[in-house]
Amino acid sequence: MTPANAITLKDLTLGYRRHPAVHHLSGTFQAGSLTAIVGPNGAGKTTLLKGIVGALKPLSGQITFCGVKRRDIAYLPQQQELERSFPIQVADLVAMGLWRKLGPFRAVTGENLARVHEAIAAVGLSGFGARAIGTLSGGQLQRALFARLLLQDAPVVLLDEPFAAIDARTTADLLNIVHRWHGEKRIIIAVLHDMELVRAHFPESLMLARGPIGWGKSAEVLRPENFLKARAMCEAWHDDDAVCAAENAPEAARA
Amino acid sequence: MSLYDLLIAPFADYAFMQRALVGNIALSASAASIGVFLVIRRMSLMGDAMAHAILPGAAAGYLIAGFSLFAMTLGGLLAGLLVAISSGLVARATPLREDASLASFYLISLSIGVLIVSLEGSNVDLLHLLFGSVLAINQDALVLMASVASVTLVVLALVLRPLVAECLDPGFLHHAGGSGRFVHFAFLCLVVLNFVAGFHALGTLMAVGMMVLAPSAARFWSESLGAQIALSVLFAVTSSIIGLVISWHAAVPSGPAITLTLGIIYAISVLGGPFGGILTGLIRRPHLQS
Repeated sequence: MTPANAITLKDLTLGYRRHPAVHHLSGTFQAGSLTAIVGPNGAGKTTLLKGIVGALKPLSGQITFCGVKRRDIAYLPQQQELERSFPIQVADLVAMGLWRKLGPFRAVTGENLARVHEAIAAVGLSGFGARAIGTLSGGQLQRALFARLLLQDAPVVLLDEPFAAIDARTTADLLNIVHRWHGEKRIIIAVLHDMELVRAHFPESLMLARGPIGWGKSAEVLRPENFLKARAMCEAWHDDDAVCAAENAPEAARA
Repeated sequence: MSLYDLLIAPFADYAFMQRALVGNIALSASAASIGVFLVIRRMSLMGDAMAHAILPGAAAGYLIAGFSLFAMTLGGLLAGLLVAISSGLVARATPLREDASLASFYLISLSIGVLIVSLEGSNVDLLHLLFGSVLAINQDALVLMASVASVTLVVLALVLRPLVAECLDPGFLHHAGGSGRFVHFAFLCLVVLNFVAGFHALGTLMAVGMMVLAPSAARFWSESLGAQIALSVLFAVTSSIIGLVISWHAAVPSGPAITLTLGIIYAISVLGGPFGGILTGLIRRPHLQS
């Protein structure tokens, strides 16, 4: 990893059916940055992560990757598509994190198997390796998914509400892992709702309310006037909404 | 009647019973294995739909070339792959779900098949295709079944990791750069292949039984994927042997005999299986310390 790693958003608009969910957002996630994305429900936080991983094409604007590739992103989505009734053990689930390294065929043995067990131990699940994933609690499953992220060893980590419905002790354990990644100069972006947690652990914040409200040092972004602004966001949209003025401008200039 | 007369004699004395036995064991190994994934992916009924989708292709093959193994197999294979791939494409390219798109395509396929048959004014014995006959397993059919079983097991071994990842967490596989789409289609092709191989011995409908009943029963006996696959195959092989013996002594069609034997194993599993069996759940055992 070179220190020049960065993800830059340039006048980025993401959305669904031409309706913007993230509106004219510009800024850079630098290497070694630990950023919390905050904002009310429907503010475009998840949409932004989807845009960064490439699951959603921008309506306008650009996302540029410097030093890292889109495939280098480890992404923990909020709504798990995970089939929990699948008859598979925790160690096998965690070992999926080695996919990039091992591909579809190479066996998980020797050093790699040791890494799987290290990762399981690192998230505090020692002794759970042989348990069926269907028998895990919500918090234990989240620990297992963090173990999988550990093995992915990605320079960019995106977490969507990683601590929702997770108890204090598990949150603290998983935050330790986040800090460890931070120390390794990875780009970490997490969608969060717990402002105390953001203030205590995340040096930078991006407050979204469809459009950007603030992006910078957490202490400066998480101010009462910003929260008021974010709360005033109008969530409704109409089928006959006019085309955004900023979109119109270049066309008008051309005509 | 001695045990020899009961169990060994039918196979020892008659070549067609030997062929049926070998063919069914081969099919058990492959169909019951991929069935485990079919059931986990909640696509059990998809098997039934595929069985119907293959039928018109096989019927068309029969009309063109008569009772030819090659033509009927090719027809069934083409119809099955066409339905599987087009419904998969529609499901992935549009908001329509896989079940709805598959149902649409198999109904179209079935209609075309019935239309072809009626236009030709011929009386194809569709019942044979649906329910099969051990007498139909000649040397060529046996080679076909064995080949399909071999191909299935090799391909399954090759795509096992991506297939597990696709079933377990499709989003993860996608972000990690694996091709879930490719794995899904490879899996669908295997399903079609096994149906085509199965309709000679068991009939398309009964081949579904091996693919659905055996893994569903196995699910009640283990929480590990490997064990479920092994048990599923074991149940299918056992049912093949018992079913063929019953079909021989009672002079009943082999397909239903095998499937009903599987049905009995399934019922026992649902009732008494240690993982979620109904009766097992009724027994209250003292709880553990931790």
